[in-house]
Amino acid sequence: MVEHRPLAKLVAHLILCLGVAVVAFPVYLTFIASTHQPADIVNGTMGLLPGSMGLTHYIDALFVGTKQIKSTPVLQMMANSLVMALVIAFGKIAISIISAYAVVFFRFPLRMFFFWMIFVTLMLPVEVRIYPTYKVVADLGMLNSYAGLTIPLIASATATLLFRQFFLTIPDELVEAAKIDGAGPMKFFRDVVLPLSRTNIAALFVILFIYGWNQYLWPLLVTTDASMDTIVYGIRRMIVTSDANTDWHIVMATVMLAMLPPVLVVIAMQKLFVKGLVETEK
Amino acid sequence: MARVALKGVRKDFGQTKVIHGVDLEVADGELVVIVGPSGCGKSTLLRMVAGLETVSAGEIAIDGRVVNQLEPKDRDIAMVFQNYALYPHMSVYDNMAYGLRNRGMAKDEIDRRVREAAKILELAALLERKPRQLSGGQRQRVAMGRAIVREPKAFLFDEPLSNLDAKLRVQMRVEIKKLQRQLGVTSLYVTHDQVEAMTLADRLVVMHAGIAEQIGTPLDLYARPASTFVGGFIGSPAMNFLPGHAENGTVEIGHGVSFALPGQAARGDVTVGIRPEHMTLNHGAGMATLPLKVDLLEPLGAETLVYGKLPDGLEVTARVHGETQVAIGSTLPFSVEPRHVHLFDKASGKRLP
Repeated sequence: MVEHRPLAKLVAHLILCLGVAVVAFPVYLTFIASTHQPADIVNGTMGLLPGSMGLTHYIDALFVGTKQIKSTPVLQMMANSLVMALVIAFGKIAISIISAYAVVFFRFPLRMFFFWMIFVTLMLPVEVRIYPTYKVVADLGMLNSYAGLTIPLIASATATLLFRQFFLTIPDELVEAAKIDGAGPMKFFRDVVLPLSRTNIAALFVILFIYGWNQYLWPLLVTTDASMDTIVYGIRRMIVTSDANTDWHIVMATVMLAMLPPVLVVIAMQKLFVKGLVETEK
Repeated sequence: MARVALKGVRKDFGQTKVIHGVDLEVADGELVVIVGPSGCGKSTLLRMVAGLETVSAGEIAIDGRVVNQLEPKDRDIAMVFQNYALYPHMSVYDNMAYGLRNRGMAKDEIDRRVREAAKILELAALLERKPRQLSGGQRQRVAMGRAIVREPKAFLFDEPLSNLDAKLRVQMRVEIKKLQRQLGVTSLYVTHDQVEAMTLADRLVVMHAGIAEQIGTPLDLYARPASTFVGGFIGSPAMNFLPGHAENGTVEIGHGVSFALPGQAARGDVTVGIRPEHMTLNHGAGMATLPLKVDLLEPLGAETLVYGKLPDGLEVTARVHGETQVAIGSTLPFSVEPRHVHLFDKASGKRLP
């Protein structure tokens, strides 16, 4: 199609630039603030250009944390978050790909019943079942542990559904050809289903990693020990509302650091991510 | 290589009976084509031989061994599917080698077999490609290769050419036939295309509503169809059917047209079958005339198809030489040699001797 409408193009680009600015400006401001003296941030003389402190606040944040109110070093919090996000992402993928495989490729009694059971849990996110879930985790003695942070979040109907939809597009003949080729269910899963699901797994990994990284409510409940703080919740702990002063420069640096891993994951997996969501070729 | 024998094979899906008892013996190295309209159960029959469907009753034996309870992989068969069913993420080489690896065959033996099959099928230059980088014909050949490397007791083909365009289909048809001769592997081949069936088959099974209507060589079926269904299905354009009445060695089809059929003992209401290519404008002694009013012509070059009506409004097709001058609206006096007149029982549709 030939399109030659310079004015329309210009307007479209202006709108897009505006959108980018709205999203990017606060991030930029955060970065600028993290390079200024704490006093400049608080009394508003900071300006829009990088300050004199360079990246020293990042070093402080990573290895020490805030000082006014003693916090966990950010490196420790990031490690906690990383463990949580990775365990949740891999756990969800592992569990849901197996259950989707069972629901699609096997005929067993009550198959549809189990499928609907999984489906119905979509209506029960953590927030809805938070009290019973907390009670179970507490009674099992999993408070303040990685297990308590991750296991209750691992079951996933969304990922199961996504894999189910994908598996349904695998032609029956492929399953039959594999049977004739002497591939049992496990072999078929490993040699055919897993490689074909590669892009779907990648797309899900990106979504689930960010989901795990951004968890706030659940860590708030199950961890009381500061050494178990995840970074998203840890930022909240750094901001003081009572008498003492907040170390805003450290908070700003922490916020920047908190954004990094999800951004890196998206950048690294972008190609596969897009492919996984749009791919139709079988 | 082996014989495949089906004895009283039946298939029910719950209350629905799909196959009502098929008996078939495929000799060693023979290519038997199962042909029929969609829904006649031909694919189900093949899938039962492959072990992809259970057998409701009866017995399937490959090389003398009853395989009813065996899993597909233990039956020593190879199957070629309509949509090829290649593994999309594997190279051509791996697609062919996969089944052998699963059997724990030695690496160099796998390599030897794959390269040999690739040579036969002219795939040698494509071994590292993925299926999506191949054309339809090449994918088809890879599917064949996957079957060949297994060196199975029997090949099963499930409409393997239906996804190809017309020209390629004719070409692959020839290749399949050559290959099957060369390898001498017992084969069962399912198709809905009667031309494909006629050209490929050593013997033909015409299926209709879950029953094997007739089994025989292609020319047998053409010359002596056992029922109106087989008569109408084999041959193109289809056989003409006219209602008639038989008595004392003659058959009347109304309007004073009657055939003398010496030695024909049938009496009563019959269906008369005449193939379009046996409608002739050359009159011989004792041949009755069918006055055909021409409605439509299809000139195909070598021949012309003439569509017209008899005086009582019955539609009849005739096939004449391409150079014959025919005008639409004219009435042509066609006639038929008595040996080309087929008689079927009107009620049952079965052939009368």
